[in-house]
Amino acid sequence: MKTENHVREEVTIRFAGDSGDGMQLTGLLFTNTTALLGNDLRTLPEFPAEIRAPAGTVPGVSSFQLHFGSTEIMTPGDVCDVLVVMNSAALKANLSLLKKGGVIIVNTDGFDQKNRNLAKYPEGVNPLEDGSLSSYTVFEVDVSSMTKEALSETDLSYKDVNRCKNMFVLGLLYWMYNRPMEPTIKFLNKKFGKDPTIAEANVKVLKTGYHFGDTAGIFTSRYTVKEADLEPGTYRNITGNESTVLGLVAATKKSQLPLFFGSYPITPASDILHGLSRYKNFGVTTFQAEDEIAAVSSAIGAAFGGSIGVTSSSGPGIALKGEAMGLAVMLELPLVVLNVQRAGPSTGMPTKTEQADLLQAMYGRNGESPLVIVAPRSPADCFNMAFEACRIALEHMIPVMYLSDGYLANGSEPWKFPQEKDLKDIKVRFELPRENSEEPFLPYLRDENHVRSWAIPGTQGIEHRVGGLEKEDETGNVSYDPDNHEKMVKLREAKRDKVADFIPLQEIDQGNSSGEVLVVGWGSTYGSIRTAVGQLRKEGMDISHAHLNYISPFPRNLEELMRRFDSVIVPEINNGQLVRLIRDKFLIPAKPVNKIKGRPFGVQELKDAILNITSGKQEAAES
Amino acid sequence: MATPTKIDEFKNGNHNGETPIPKYTSRDFSSDQDVRWCPGCGDYTILKQVQNVMPDIGVLKKDIVFISGIGCAARFPYYMDTFGMHSIHGRAPAIATGLKVSRPELSVWIITGDGDSLSIGANHFVQLLRRNVNVNLLLFNNQIYGLTKGQYSPTAPEGTISKSTPFGSIDHPFNPLSLSMGADGTFIARAMDRDPKHLQKMLLRASQHKGTSMLEILQNCIVFNDGAFELFTDKKSRPRKTIYLEDGEPMVFGSDNEKGIRLDGLTPEVVELGDTYSKDDLWVHDEKDTTKANLLARFFEHPAKGDHLTFPRPFGVLYAVDRPAYDEGVAIQNAEARKRSEPDLDALLQGPETWEVT
Repeated sequence: MKTENHVREEVTIRFAGDSGDGMQLTGLLFTNTTALLGNDLRTLPEFPAEIRAPAGTVPGVSSFQLHFGSTEIMTPGDVCDVLVVMNSAALKANLSLLKKGGVIIVNTDGFDQKNRNLAKYPEGVNPLEDGSLSSYTVFEVDVSSMTKEALSETDLSYKDVNRCKNMFVLGLLYWMYNRPMEPTIKFLNKKFGKDPTIAEANVKVLKTGYHFGDTAGIFTSRYTVKEADLEPGTYRNITGNESTVLGLVAATKKSQLPLFFGSYPITPASDILHGLSRYKNFGVTTFQAEDEIAAVSSAIGAAFGGSIGVTSSSGPGIALKGEAMGLAVMLELPLVVLNVQRAGPSTGMPTKTEQADLLQAMYGRNGESPLVIVAPRSPADCFNMAFEACRIALEHMIPVMYLSDGYLANGSEPWKFPQEKDLKDIKVRFELPRENSEEPFLPYLRDENHVRSWAIPGTQGIEHRVGGLEKEDETGNVSYDPDNHEKMVKLREAKRDKVADFIPLQEIDQGNSSGEVLVVGWGSTYGSIRTAVGQLRKEGMDISHAHLNYISPFPRNLEELMRRFDSVIVPEINNGQLVRLIRDKFLIPAKPVNKIKGRPFGVQELKDAILNITSGKQEAAES
Repeated sequence: MATPTKIDEFKNGNHNGETPIPKYTSRDFSSDQDVRWCPGCGDYTILKQVQNVMPDIGVLKKDIVFISGIGCAARFPYYMDTFGMHSIHGRAPAIATGLKVSRPELSVWIITGDGDSLSIGANHFVQLLRRNVNVNLLLFNNQIYGLTKGQYSPTAPEGTISKSTPFGSIDHPFNPLSLSMGADGTFIARAMDRDPKHLQKMLLRASQHKGTSMLEILQNCIVFNDGAFELFTDKKSRPRKTIYLEDGEPMVFGSDNEKGIRLDGLTPEVVELGDTYSKDDLWVHDEKDTTKANLLARFFEHPAKGDHLTFPRPFGVLYAVDRPAYDEGVAIQNAEARKRSEPDLDALLQGPETWEVT
């Protein structure tokens, strides 16, 4: 059969299988190859919280979605064009995410009676045979047998052979989308360097899959996705957690300070601990503490000693750190708290994304406890904002909360990475040693930005005490004076608010600088909002998009910018949090768009929601 | 050599003997703050002894840090003219760990109490000991919550009548020294507020030990638990009810050193010295003997409960062994990482794989 070559502007592929089937690796390798070809892309890995949920069941399904194209790609795609399913459960769990008329590549071995039972298809029902997939193009491929056959001459165990299955699928997809195998072969040889038989087996199966596409005669189409029109430069692919790590390391280098990272493992933040622990040569010390409280407390101890104190967690852990964060507010020490948000409350859905910790960051401590809040907008932006979090904490002697989330943490995108020389130096003001000074040292004396100096142990002549008790202005001595307390509360707030003079003014991301509708987002919704607003603008709507990286304090011009529009819409992956802050602070009747399903916004659903609001359908429905 | 940073210039201490230590007096360690414990509180004398010992620990004042949690004892750092932090309840060990690991040249002292360390902060307490961070922990044990005005504490004996236990407490108390042994502490000692000379000696020993030094100090709360330790602190009963440990010395006690402790296998017994037993038959204290330290830590009947004391309460260093300190290990690992590869930020940012867009 003749295969036709088609050119596609963008494609979304979703790999789905059992958590033991290696779908994350398959997706990652396809992503890396695709990145090297110069496509723009976004990824969305989705995996169960269980390490190995019962094999073959729906809860055990692990998926990886990749959206790539020759145009700007800002989301992992609402629905996929191609769904690869390794077993019945994968089909059951993911079919709703495949667009009508889409392609399903099926590993037939995963659809035997046993697998169908595990996926809880009713007795006697086989989705491959009952016509339920008739609106899709289904390619049935016996991946398991062909993998076995390809490796029949090796003496690998059944288990090892079975583990190569994912490479067959990857090879087939490479053929289908005209991608080279070399980067993957290089990777496999490196990964299994110590075990060349395994490396060879994987490479062999990869090639078998590729050639199967060529020779099987069942595939009528191949696709080409041309290079995207990315800004010229050198790129790499990066996930949010990886770029967070690099942002912290860069801050260490540009401040010439040691970084102390106290952390306790928690999904989806642990990769930051893993990543940083490899960079001790940069002056990074990582400390896996006994609990979340010890993690933040150790970081405060290190900050007292002159290190960049950083701690990381996700919602439940942040809740535990609350009291210590209050201490850092009171001590006025630099502290960076990384919150890689996940769906809550309580343990919630650890592997699912959410933006529901914003109000916790803002208000989740006892007393008047203002700190700075920043939020990255994309996986690569995690680098910028992690660096910014350190800069603000150090230059303003204040705790900074950094709000990433599971979607940013695990998602990836091409990154035109900076060079060291492009990064700004971070300047800190240490209190200097004194020789026999009669002047008493005043640890809470402030500069014009209300910032005190960093007075670290080891400095001659400035021995002093700090603590969580309310302190007298300037001297830092314990004080229960009513006027002093009010003064200090206001001072700590003024210090936080003053940070607004040292962050960029809010910009309009796209659209006119005034008009009918302004969509205001923050954090990981950037890609979805950008794409949705872009499409609505093409469709003729007067709509603009502004995306916040700085939430506490807000950029100085935010109010004025919002007031240039007739209406403001705030989409969030929560039940409405930024929208409350905006209404509270500016008395602007901003309207929320909320999704609380553990997944990012789809572009279409966001467009629909915006149109609903602008057409007045939802006028009175909310709050 | 660790990665050089801006805070290196603050490290010109006497760590390597480069700066001579001035002749300090105890007054040099007294801050300008008024001490505000209850009159007659045992904390006063502990403060005084710590200030007395500081000139002798061989550290510049600028390199000494006191960190406390919450409780009456936790006010301590305010009264020391050193660096200090009065932190949050139970977390001083965690804060001290972060400080010591990032600044190993500092002399770090944790001031804590029985509630702070054995209740709300018990986790950090045991973790500190197992890690063996090179800090000194002074555990002021008064068997009561003073600052919150008189509830029973995790070291209060069963049956303690307190504000929150009007019918007597049901909780079984912690034995802080056994707990420390269980956590693999490397320096475990006990002193009391009413024996200042011995307390000074113990403070000095604690400061010299490399690793976590856990010094329990029995401290009288004059308001809420007066006399809890009177049997041990009273000059009359002390000789019979306490035993002062000396490494390498036979375990003798009593007003005229007429009693001793003998080991029958691994079972300790109190014997009268005289015709049947002489000093040569007694258990000879060995600070490095784990098994015997565990036995000693178990000499823990509670007089307040009305128990007859079979054994005298041991004071002194029960246990002192060498084990690498956590902060040392971190420093070594960081220095090795630095030796293995130069920190090249551009290479790191570039990552393993890149592509060009033209």
